[in-house]
Amino acid sequence: MEIPGILSIAIFLPFISAVIVAVFLTGKAARGFAVIASALELVVTGYIFVAHRQNGYDFSERITSWFPDSFPVQYFLSVDGISAPLILLTGLLGIVAIFASWNITERTKEHFMWLLLLQGAVIGVFTSMDFLLFFLFWELELIPMFFLISIWGTGRKEYSAMKFLIFTILGSAFMLIGILVIFAGTGTFDMTRISEALPSSNLIMPVGILFLFMSIGFAVKLPVFPLHTWLPDAHTDAPTAASVMLAGVLLKMGGYGLLRVSAGMFPDQLEKYAWVLALLGVINIIYGAAITIRQTDLKRLIAYSSVSHMGFVLLGLSAMGGVTSHLAMTGAALQMFTHGTITGLLFLTIGFIYERTHTRHIPDLGGLARRMPIFTVSFVVAGLASLGLPGTSGFVSEITIFLGAFPAFKLATIIAAFGVVLTAAYILWMIQRSMFGPERERFAQIGDATAVQVIPIGLLIVSIIGVGIYPAFVSDVFTEGITQMLNMTGAN
Amino acid sequence: MNYADIILIAPEISMALLASIIIIVDLFSSNKKLLAPLSLTGLLAPLCFCIMVRDNPSIGFNGTVKVDDFSVFFKYVIILATGLVILSSTTYAKRFDKHQGEYYSLILLSATGMMLLTSAIELITIYIALELTALPTAALAAFIREKKSAESGVKFLILSAVSSAVLLYGMVLIYGFTGTTYLSEIGTVIANHLSTSGQVTDNGILLFSVILITAGFGFKISAVPFQMWAPDVYEGAPTPITGFLSVASKAAGFAIILRILYTVFENETLSSDWASMMAVLSAISMSVGNLIAIKQNNIKRMLAYSTIAQAGYIMVGLAAMAGNTTLNTSGPVGILVYLAGYTFTNLAAFAVITAVSEDSGDDSIDSFAGLIKKSPTLAVIMTVSMISLIGIPPTIGFMAKIYLFGAAVETNLTWLAIVGVVNSVVSAYYYLRVVKTMFIDSPDEKHEIHPNLGVLSASVIAISGTVFFGFFPKPIIELARDAINTLIG
Repeated sequence: MEIPGILSIAIFLPFISAVIVAVFLTGKAARGFAVIASALELVVTGYIFVAHRQNGYDFSERITSWFPDSFPVQYFLSVDGISAPLILLTGLLGIVAIFASWNITERTKEHFMWLLLLQGAVIGVFTSMDFLLFFLFWELELIPMFFLISIWGTGRKEYSAMKFLIFTILGSAFMLIGILVIFAGTGTFDMTRISEALPSSNLIMPVGILFLFMSIGFAVKLPVFPLHTWLPDAHTDAPTAASVMLAGVLLKMGGYGLLRVSAGMFPDQLEKYAWVLALLGVINIIYGAAITIRQTDLKRLIAYSSVSHMGFVLLGLSAMGGVTSHLAMTGAALQMFTHGTITGLLFLTIGFIYERTHTRHIPDLGGLARRMPIFTVSFVVAGLASLGLPGTSGFVSEITIFLGAFPAFKLATIIAAFGVVLTAAYILWMIQRSMFGPERERFAQIGDATAVQVIPIGLLIVSIIGVGIYPAFVSDVFTEGITQMLNMTGAN
Repeated sequence: MNYADIILIAPEISMALLASIIIIVDLFSSNKKLLAPLSLTGLLAPLCFCIMVRDNPSIGFNGTVKVDDFSVFFKYVIILATGLVILSSTTYAKRFDKHQGEYYSLILLSATGMMLLTSAIELITIYIALELTALPTAALAAFIREKKSAESGVKFLILSAVSSAVLLYGMVLIYGFTGTTYLSEIGTVIANHLSTSGQVTDNGILLFSVILITAGFGFKISAVPFQMWAPDVYEGAPTPITGFLSVASKAAGFAIILRILYTVFENETLSSDWASMMAVLSAISMSVGNLIAIKQNNIKRMLAYSTIAQAGYIMVGLAAMAGNTTLNTSGPVGILVYLAGYTFTNLAAFAVITAVSEDSGDDSIDSFAGLIKKSPTLAVIMTVSMISLIGIPPTIGFMAKIYLFGAAVETNLTWLAIVGVVNSVVSAYYYLRVVKTMFIDSPDEKHEIHPNLGVLSASVIAISGTVFFGFFPKPIIELARDAINTLIG
């Protein structure tokens, strides 16, 4: 059964819950309400994903009378194969983030309010099919994250929050120009019609520059070298929940934009500059991994590893136009999904460990395995998935990208494969130094996960192993979406 | 002059009458608390007359005053701004003790001038309206009777006189060239002249007068390089008056610029010239305003520079006028939308500043430290207003900016749109600094601020407008579109 208006519900459920939390509730009541709201949201997003997967519903909603006809912005929501899994991912990490902030005592209700607002905005990004609406949600996500980092963060939190905001807003500034230029040329904001209308339209700037403008906004978010410098700071200083959301879904907005806009609307340009993408992808992978090895702060380590892992998304996109482009792009999309769950779990576990040890400095840790077996298991599972062990979701996405990208860029793929070796090195080293080794006296009193903390860990482990064993559950949907997109652009 | 003429300027007449009534009541009544509610209720009269005259647009007073959707749009904005300013003055004005009557009536008189300005279509009328706007404002700026405020008033008076002189010189040149003071006739004469000679460069005098007029009005809207007065005057003037200056005065200024440029200099050969001039001024205004605002520590000074930058954004709409063979309307429509949005947003900010400075006694940004704990309502309102000034959704500031920059892109001014968006990024830094101070820094003293009803309701009304029209901008856009259609005809 196709429930009408379910996408609006998915967007406004968190928004309205946030308002309720802000106005009526405090402390534990706010927390409890946030859990219920995000659980409902998980059900809604799960339903959207499954219904799309089984029956191909797109749940389109369209209100055209929102703006005057001369400026035809529509309230237009829809899902397809590319967005459905990412919506599910957002629902999943949304509830994980709420559980991750279980022990927040400072300004509790504000924290949950911002988390819910953030979740609603991200769902909005993934469901909007009107370009201006898309941009609206894209910007809307900034303020909650700014507050989450700058109020509940650690270290140089204010600096990091501002850096995150300025980088993102600068990227989106160029994207806005691009959107306006596209509108001036095609007369529409409708994302489903732009790819047809664009080739025949009269653009006021060279299409290459337009492509660049659009892609910069996404590249900052992904992040692509050399626009990545905000990420380690923001991740390191953010509170656990914000790190989970940032790595888990906010980076995916960049990848989603690259797929939907850069590849979907400018296939020729993407094909033309595919070598740039491959090159940047390889730099991301190798440079990111090389820096990761040197990190001693657990969160900073995972942050840099995200830079490395997002390089695979770029590599997957660079196969555009080739015979294996379906495969490579499905891999890229799958990589976003799997990285979301894996890194989410890593940040979550680190956050919980930090709550107990009060340090994230790797040389100060060690010997925690016996004290906290559950955390160790979750850390090991996430770590192994991150380095791409077969049987975990990380393996599936990376191998798909390699298979897809190899025919297009052989050398780049070979170099990128070495990134996996580096990943194995830093992940194993990190786990070994922080969790194993001789027990330390000062950690003698600390305990393991509480029942509440097991819930988000369990959710993520199930999704990592589940997708690892039966990847088609997610990848089929991505493949369908990407095939549809490539057919529409005629790049097939 | 006949009955119809009187009806035509009934909004202005009722506004001036209201100002007089306030003075008289002030004279005979010792209960000063009556004045603000009286002024507010009185504002309903001009508002009703505005709605009434909107239905039958016409020209009166021997062709010197024109009431159309365009002027009525601005009258709505001015009445709104006046109402919000009076509302947020209710406690603030108590410090003026016996002079509260003058305070309110000067605001109303200045508003009368602004309203007249939006209807004026003849040079001398324009000039008179302009002076009626400026003189009460100068008195208001000096109202606090201490050094800074006095300096502010004198500075405003002198610079306003200089800018009027420059403006007059421009008008004289036009009169000398065309032999008439009526805007529409001037437009016809210029068009005829250009169609015979075809070149503007032969008639540097025309271009020169455009430049002088732009300079004169550039003062009103505080655009660079005519912005020098703004920071000092803004800092010294009573806080609600600063809000009034930044919003109403700017709206009236833009109204008359649009009117003159469209009725007199709309000619294609001329418009391409002044449009590029506006584009350059716009880019400079926003860059200078934003860059200097970054290092301000006084919130009123910061908002003074912010207002200069905002003038720059609005001028994008002036620059986006020309470019195509047919005049493009989204530029001017964008100006109107932006001004309406700016009125809501900025007055919300100033209402909060009024409440906070009432408590702390100074205007430094540091006095906002920990406002979220002292008064969550005010902190949230200020945050939304800062977000709207940056141009982040869901606020009217976002919608208006999209509209203006969209107009720029449509008219091949992509470079200006790029300058605009980059400037928005720069501005995010200092606007968010205020937000950061309110949410993260700890307050120096532990007590709560209880804003009084007036200032609280002013800020709530203003911020509701900011957010509501951020979600549903259609009503404002449609009003603005009707207005511009009557202007361009």
